[in-house]
Amino acid sequence: MKVVVCTKQTPSTTAVITVDDNGHVSWDDPGGKPNVVNPWDEYGIEEGILLKENHGATDVIALSLGDEDSKDALKTALAMGCTEAILVSDEAFAGSDTLGTARVLAAAINKIGAVQVALFGKQAIDGDTGQTAVQAARKLGWTPLTFVSAVKEISDGRITVERLADDGKETVTAPLPVVISTVKEINEPRYPSFMGIRKANRANIPVWTAADLDVDGAVGSKVDWSHIYAMPPREGAVEIIEADSVDEQARLLADKLFEEKVI
Amino acid sequence: MSGVWVWIENSDGDISAISREAIGAARTAADGLGQPLTALVLGHNVDAVADAAFDLGADAVLGCDDASLAHFRVEAYGPLVTQLAQEKSPSVLLAGASTRGRDLAAWVAADLDAGLAADGTAVTVEDGKVKLTRPVYAGKLLSTVFVAEGMQIVTLRSRAFPQAESTGQTGTAEWVDPAVAEDEIPTKVIGFASKDDGVSLTDASIIVSGGRGVGGPEGFAPVRELAGVLGAAVGASRAAVDAGWIPYDHQVGQTGKTVSPDLYIANGISGAIQHQAGMRTSKIIVAVNKDPDAPIFKLAHYGIVADLFKVLPALTAEFKKRLGK
Repeated sequence: MKVVVCTKQTPSTTAVITVDDNGHVSWDDPGGKPNVVNPWDEYGIEEGILLKENHGATDVIALSLGDEDSKDALKTALAMGCTEAILVSDEAFAGSDTLGTARVLAAAINKIGAVQVALFGKQAIDGDTGQTAVQAARKLGWTPLTFVSAVKEISDGRITVERLADDGKETVTAPLPVVISTVKEINEPRYPSFMGIRKANRANIPVWTAADLDVDGAVGSKVDWSHIYAMPPREGAVEIIEADSVDEQARLLADKLFEEKVI
Repeated sequence: MSGVWVWIENSDGDISAISREAIGAARTAADGLGQPLTALVLGHNVDAVADAAFDLGADAVLGCDDASLAHFRVEAYGPLVTQLAQEKSPSVLLAGASTRGRDLAAWVAADLDAGLAADGTAVTVEDGKVKLTRPVYAGKLLSTVFVAEGMQIVTLRSRAFPQAESTGQTGTAEWVDPAVAEDEIPTKVIGFASKDDGVSLTDASIIVSGGRGVGGPEGFAPVRELAGVLGAAVGASRAAVDAGWIPYDHQVGQTGKTVSPDLYIANGISGAIQHQAGMRTSKIIVAVNKDPDAPIFKLAHYGIVADLFKVLPALTAEFKKRLGK
């Protein structure tokens, strides 16, 4: 059983993100690495490795669409235990919306061939749309299983999973192949091992371009998100409630909250 | 292409809160475009839902009532909405950005090769386009997003829009057959356990949260007591969840839930940027923390610099008294 794990490089959660007047976004992280594996994807990567350890997966292939820098994210996936990594990178793919991205990833998964499970994080922390998994499933013609919190069983060509909906936990079964998006409850991602990091640093990561993939060129984007700007600062400063006793503080705060009509 | 469609998520005959909000926003969009508003009512035994959709302001209801739609499965709902959209070519399809709304919108957009603008927190209509404002980069920046060509598929964030109100309007729904027969749907639901832990975080109008400062699982007791008196949901920071003090589905923040209640009370939460990403759109933020330099005070509207184990019981007692509980 071949498993593909789709991952994206994103700004780190602690990155300081700025935008200039032309809407050009840049970031830096003075305390650490400015770019990381999208934190939600770590659960997908870990689940892929667990499918190898517990469910007989033979190959766990990390796949990313992005620029050359995204090889860092793929190296992290390799260091954690993925068996291979592939970068899809082409100027022609720049500025794709989620559907364009899904189309490219689906074409890459088809090129890998004989894949039974494609894993995604539930969303990326930069765009936060959470659409790519379902859209890639549509382009592959596979069943999408989103917000998966546990893989229960894989047998006789079917997979049984637990999903987290807004109002409860659902257990569903579907025939393979499937696309799965994972939530945090599914596992606890491991740290890359020292040996894993050494191996990942030596790994040769192939780069596939548009010419290598069967995508009809119409990747593009129907969505315009060119207008990006800074969050307006919150108006006014905090009002610290001070008094001689906590009971008095509680009374004063309650007054405020009733005045604000939020209770 | 004409007409604004809004998907009405429902269960047990009730329209979900996020869909009530979506109807209100869709009504605004339809009026701005000068086009009629059609509610998509899909499910099983949904006559009352169709009536409610008219009452909440839909001009028309397009429905499908079938046992295969009783429990949401995107493989049943997706092909049906895609087929209806191909037949009737609406200009806009709106849905709440719930887990199901996100799946449905993504499916339909993929099959119609349509653009999808996701997770809006504000809607305007300009030059025939429904333009969304939405936070990006974990709420550190804002963007305006719209579908530039073709059918516009749009999802809206929970609690960002007021719920539609009753209009007294009535009408007759148009009922259609399902697109896919049960034996053609590969996914089978074999179990469902509804949440039993009180108020859901994303729907809550008040959230009382605890962080590292609560010190342990038992430290959530006073947090829960205050939440109980206020009818609030219980939230937590990543630090408290990672320490195993409270389950993950309570986590608010960049790798947890994004919430925007009317009132967010943060207790013993320092207010790391990752936590802020999940709650900064709350209407009123109260911070209780011993450390006057905690970053949460930069975001909060009201603050109390004191021990949460003294403040919380005092607040609980005060609200008990005022709310007559």
